Amino acid sequence: MPSGLELLSPWPPGWGMTLLAGFWASIQIAVGGFGCGLLIGMAGALGKLNGGPVVRDLLACYTTLVRAVPELVLIVLLYYAGGDLLNRAFALFGAGPVELSGFAAGVFVIAVVQGAYSTEVIRGAIQAVPAGEVEAGRAFGMSERLLARRIVLPAMLAHAIPGLSNLWLIATKDTALLAVVGFTELTLATRQAAGATKAYFLFFCAAGLLYLLLTLGSNLLFGRIEAYARRGQRREAGAS
Amino acid sequence: MSAPSPGLPAIEAPPVESLAPTPSRRLDASALLKPHRIVLILVALGLVVWAALSMRWDWLATYAPMIAAGLWQTLLILVSTTILGFLLAVPLGLAQAAGPWFLAAPATAFCTVIRGTPLLLQMWLLYYGLGSLFPLIPEIRDSFLWPYLRQAWPYAVLALTLSFAGYEGEVMRGAFKGVPRGELEAGRAYGMGRWTLLRRIWLPRAVQRALPTLAGETVLQLKATPLVATITVVDLYAVFSRVRQDTFLTYEPLLLLALIYLVLTAILVSLFRVLENRIPARR
Repeated sequence: MPSGLELLSPWPPGWGMTLLAGFWASIQIAVGGFGCGLLIGMAGALGKLNGGPVVRDLLACYTTLVRAVPELVLIVLLYYAGGDLLNRAFALFGAGPVELSGFAAGVFVIAVVQGAYSTEVIRGAIQAVPAGEVEAGRAFGMSERLLARRIVLPAMLAHAIPGLSNLWLIATKDTALLAVVGFTELTLATRQAAGATKAYFLFFCAAGLLYLLLTLGSNLLFGRIEAYARRGQRREAGAS
Repeated sequence: MSAPSPGLPAIEAPPVESLAPTPSRRLDASALLKPHRIVLILVALGLVVWAALSMRWDWLATYAPMIAAGLWQTLLILVSTTILGFLLAVPLGLAQAAGPWFLAAPATAFCTVIRGTPLLLQMWLLYYGLGSLFPLIPEIRDSFLWPYLRQAWPYAVLALTLSFAGYEGEVMRGAFKGVPRGELEAGRAYGMGRWTLLRRIWLPRAVQRALPTLAGETVLQLKATPLVATITVVDLYAVFSRVRQDTFLTYEPLLLLALIYLVLTAILVSLFRVLENRIPARR
């Protein structure tokens, strides 16, 4: 039986390359899902703050439903039912059935889940912008777009970053759930490697280390971004 | 700051925290009677009636006992792992907030690892990893625990307990640190020993502070329970997976499953609301 290092090496007979490929797939899905979720969240937050009563109620249903149902159930539901609905819609227009690629489905699912959470984060951040700053912009005759670009977005960023960094961590960990629907990301790749070599402990620990590297690394990055976003703010006493 | 700063940022409020109701969000009848709400409710009712009439529900009668058993299993796992996890979270939080470095550092490392890796991976590590190591150790094979260790549920309970302890330990760290220094000094001035101080003042005050986030954490824990189905524990989710395999239905079982989790979440949130109202809070 080969030793641990031989099993983990990226060249055959090592399984390192399988793990790294899965890791790369996980990162891509997480980035795609987080990014699309941010777009949904921006739209959702604007809808919740400025939309009519019907839009607001529907958005409240969306965020409540998504946050109350387990991610695993949502992923299976969106993956199978969503694929089926898509094919029925295509059939209506006379197009043949399409096979939803695992990557697209994964990004879609993570984005829907992330969208619900980031709606709340961004809404809270926008509301945390002092009203006086917005009024000051208006008093200088800024248009709504200029106001959003120059005042609201930069000012809300500092409030949104902690919540968004939390969401990014959730996104990276939620990609593991795609293993259940058979998408080969890091966790499933690890299980395959471990199953083939029977070195379960070694491979799962290695994968855990990769996830940990990702989360700790992105924490450093988000810390930098937050420091940048807060550069104009007065430092409060006692804030760490 | 005596404890080393943890690798991950402190969670003060979990994302679902706003699911926990505040008094102002409490539903009253007049809020439901606005014209657009009536229309929306009618549309929703229409959807439910349409789903009940035009979808296939004939499998329900056959699988009802299994669903009930799965629900019981899910609830059992939820309650036991939440309680065990919380009991573990108290020393974890205390060690990080006030412990010496040789206790604080491992506690911080534990919380960082748990919060930095997916629960599915942790569960598979325990089930497949430990499960493949145990049979090689004769002492364990011969011990009275062996019949249990050959089943899946101890690993599921262990993984969920450790996960809850990791997340809640971080919350408890903040809660222990947040207890005003004056209250502890008052206790010391009355001649309380360290143990009495912890039991009478520090712990109750910390738990009181952590309670609002506990509702959110418990909802998160409920949402984590279906993962046990991936290591062959037959919970609610596993029962519905079985239904899907047997009946080849795409929508009906999953929609009902989502509905059941929704109801469970609602019940949990309102239970915690009652609990919070019973504990006197003075700010």
